[in-house]
Amino acid sequence: MDFIKRTPSLPAVLFLLFLFTLIVSVFSTGGGGDLISTSMVKTLGKTLCLCLAAIALDLVWGYCGILSLGHMAFFALGGYLIGMWLMFERTKNIVMEAATSQPLPLTPQELSDAIGNQIFGVVGGSDIPAIWFFADSLVVQLILVVAVPGLLALVFGWLAFRSRVTGVYLSILTQAMTLALSLYLFQNDSGLRGNNGLSGLQNIPGLGHVPQSILSLWFLWASALALGLGYLLASRIMDLKFGSVIRGIRDDEARLRFLGYEVEHYKLLVFTLTAVMAAIAGALYYPQAGIVNPAEMAPIASIYLAVWVAIGGRGRLYGAVIGAAAVSLASTWFTGGQAPDLPLGFYTIQWVDWWQVLLGLGFVLVTLFAPQGLAGLVDGIFRKGDSK
Amino acid sequence: MRIFRTCALLCVACLFMFLLPVASSAQDSMQALMQQYSKDIAKPSARTIGPVIEALSASGLPQTREMLRRWQDKEIYQNKDTGDFVFANEVDRDTLHVFDIDTGADQGEVADDPFSQIKPNAGVRRAIGAALVPFQLNDDSARIRADALTSIERASEPMHLEALRAAMQAQPDPDPALAARKERLERLLTIQYAETTEERVAAIESFAGSLDVSTRGALNPLLATKRQVAETLPEEANIAKELRIGRDLTHDEAYALLVGAGIATADISPAQVKEALLANIEGAAVGGVALHALNTDEARDRAYAALAAKGIVPTDVSEEGKQALLDGHVYFDAYTEADAAVTAAAVKTLKDIETKVMVGRLFDLTLDGLSLASIYFLAAIGLAITFGVMGVINMAHGEFIMMGAYTGYVVQQIIPDYTLSLIVALPLAFAVTFAAGVAMERLVIRWLYHRPLETLLATFGISIALQQLAKNIFGTQARPLTSPAWLDGAWVLNDVVSISYIRIAIFVLGMVFLGLLLFVLKKTRLGLEVRAVSQNPKMAASMGINPDRVNMLTFGLGSGIAGIAGVAIGLFAKVTSELGQDYIVESFMTVVIGGVGNVWGTLAGATVIGFAQKGIEWFNPSNTLAAQTYMILLVILFIQFRPRGIIALKGRAAGN
Repeated sequence: MDFIKRTPSLPAVLFLLFLFTLIVSVFSTGGGGDLISTSMVKTLGKTLCLCLAAIALDLVWGYCGILSLGHMAFFALGGYLIGMWLMFERTKNIVMEAATSQPLPLTPQELSDAIGNQIFGVVGGSDIPAIWFFADSLVVQLILVVAVPGLLALVFGWLAFRSRVTGVYLSILTQAMTLALSLYLFQNDSGLRGNNGLSGLQNIPGLGHVPQSILSLWFLWASALALGLGYLLASRIMDLKFGSVIRGIRDDEARLRFLGYEVEHYKLLVFTLTAVMAAIAGALYYPQAGIVNPAEMAPIASIYLAVWVAIGGRGRLYGAVIGAAAVSLASTWFTGGQAPDLPLGFYTIQWVDWWQVLLGLGFVLVTLFAPQGLAGLVDGIFRKGDSK
Repeated sequence: MRIFRTCALLCVACLFMFLLPVASSAQDSMQALMQQYSKDIAKPSARTIGPVIEALSASGLPQTREMLRRWQDKEIYQNKDTGDFVFANEVDRDTLHVFDIDTGADQGEVADDPFSQIKPNAGVRRAIGAALVPFQLNDDSARIRADALTSIERASEPMHLEALRAAMQAQPDPDPALAARKERLERLLTIQYAETTEERVAAIESFAGSLDVSTRGALNPLLATKRQVAETLPEEANIAKELRIGRDLTHDEAYALLVGAGIATADISPAQVKEALLANIEGAAVGGVALHALNTDEARDRAYAALAAKGIVPTDVSEEGKQALLDGHVYFDAYTEADAAVTAAAVKTLKDIETKVMVGRLFDLTLDGLSLASIYFLAAIGLAITFGVMGVINMAHGEFIMMGAYTGYVVQQIIPDYTLSLIVALPLAFAVTFAAGVAMERLVIRWLYHRPLETLLATFGISIALQQLAKNIFGTQARPLTSPAWLDGAWVLNDVVSISYIRIAIFVLGMVFLGLLLFVLKKTRLGLEVRAVSQNPKMAASMGINPDRVNMLTFGLGSGIAGIAGVAIGLFAKVTSELGQDYIVESFMTVVIGGVGNVWGTLAGATVIGFAQKGIEWFNPSNTLAAQTYMILLVILFIQFRPRGIIALKGRAAGN
């Protein structure tokens, strides 16, 4: 197929992804090997989700030139929406379980009171807020995972692009949106448990009998599948004429507009599509993380996502994947306390304290000296990058 | 009831005491008087002490005050052998220093064996304290007089009114402030305890326009209401408002009132139904309904009705009966104060005060808004200049603010005098952040002039590195930046309007920098060059201006002002490594709203943001998080109408 020929990175990436997932599965606790612990499998699964979010940001920033500092908000929003079902359903099961030992069955009112008390007791409430209306239904919540962030992105994007907000202005505006959203969720009466967030998400309702070591593998495969599909979708889109228009917008928006393209519509479409991708990534990430709270969607998270993509290399999908995987795993390693201290004689560098400094400065260096990121180095080796 | 009587007696007693200051009394010795009540004094209780205190107060003996004070302080002892009372101080565990109770004559130090200490409990001591107050109102010491007034203000009793009036008549207070307080207190007590309606109404009306919290505290209890129910509106009650079901109260609330008044029997609640059902389970069913089917309220009600029909449980009230009862009664709020003229005067006066308070609050809000605006102006102006001139967003701007604050902290560690250290810290903070800004511009930003989005990211990298560095150097806990003593406190106009001196100082600082910047930009060579470069860098360069130098200096200037802002913010906020993050988004908003590269624009932006934030807090005072959320939403909407800010600039930034 011509499409495959034009994007030689696609089969390689998909193959490597498959290989990676297979190897991890074989050597994991759940897969019979004992080399990779369950928590490590979860970390790797989460990393795959972050890679998917990075691809989303790469599409919108690397290819379309819109530096969104709000995609991690969509990511966390996806987590919240799936978390609502996970938490509600699990609490409901627990309540029902407890009720079987009682002589009288629960009335609907008693059931909802008990669930409300369990979930919202920490924020001093017991009523189930209206936004939890569909929390009982997995199908509806899954639809909402796509619909809510998509709609938010659509409305915000429409407002922003319509008034021709571009460049750094737009970045700041997306950052403001993220901040507003996280501040809103920090309130106890937001209906989403304030700064407690949603917790216990690693327990999947109805799958209580499946051990976490196996569940973690299921999620690893699901994340890998989502990443593979996301990569395929992104490559395909960029291969279409639509993709050329998108790249054109990045390179010279005014010229495209004069050529008669409805630039705003294209931008809006890409912005919304990538928001949905990020939300799906989040919906897969948080059941592995176990907890989602408003701090997860603080503006800094979105900026880190941009940092990963920039370090990996913008305008290349595999760059985004490399960047997100490498930097997030390195961050986990350095800040997790596993990295050995570095004695300098007069001062011992403890990585927990100095990793951020290193990351910040390294990031400045990459921006200055390797604007193509790590993927630029890969291209340098193969001498045939896909485009730019 | 008993307390009331005690109070009344005390009141009468005081009357006598003041009307007949040197009244002849049955006893002319305190000892004899005390012996008369020996039992009650030796084993005092709040119940029996009333008549004793009354008698003591009425005695008119000059020793009374000293005796009451000592009694309250547990300094009275009784000789178990003779039954005599003495004043005594404990010297050590076994020795007492004894004084005569009438003359106060020193009787030397004796062993404490025959003496037992009189220990009045808290309730008794309170009663003693109340009796002491009238003695203190004309004391020689101003502090004691003030304390007496305070104790009346805290817990007044009817007797205090007469005592206060008598004290005021006896001699005007030499201290004008205390005299005013006495006069005010007299009016407050008049409202509560005076006999005639006219007196009380006059006292209430005298408070019209007073903004004191305590005035409102005194007037509000007059308007306390009690929700009541009756068949028809009673004539004698002082009714505040008639209530209608559906409008003022719900069905359930009205019914609860009926139940409370003993007119209706209580509903059987779902919980009671459940309890009754649980108590009457027979096999796998209750009242003929299978247990597993009892998962709705209707099914449970049916089972309960079946039980009730058998007479096992009380019958639930029928809805029709309930409705008939509800319809047959009127519901109203009645003032607990019976005098309609008094409540009417109180309503009118409170309304008048309310209006004044509202105006005061609005003014206070304006002051708050101004001070917040000046903070945002200081924080954002540097950002606006660099953005305007160079088209560069400096994400590390917040960290420059933090640097300024830490500079202030370090200076205070070296120079202990807070005033002097502040004078040193301001220019030093400017110098430090100016240098940091210039270094950053030279090392990083000038390589990225044609890639604005990457500048954003590179400066962000610097921002996280600086933040972590600050954490590594200064730790995560907040460092204090103490303001000099003359900046402590607040400028209090009245009980509603006040503003702290720090905020005034920051406002002044903001104004100074506004003037300074305007001067630099409009009147100096550098300002001319800056304006030229911001309008058209290429043209400026061809006219012999060195854009490199201008960019560098502009960036330094913007960063330097951030440092000054840091010192100012540090004075009222805790200095932490995250200090800058708290202000950076508001600064961005300020720049976005105001329009870039223009001092007036930033001023307008800061004013809008500051006032908007305070305004939203005004409507939703309990929730500052929500206020910030709504403000950001407002900003996003505002951008729809003026995408380039309030004052749009033409030139490089505009074309970007």
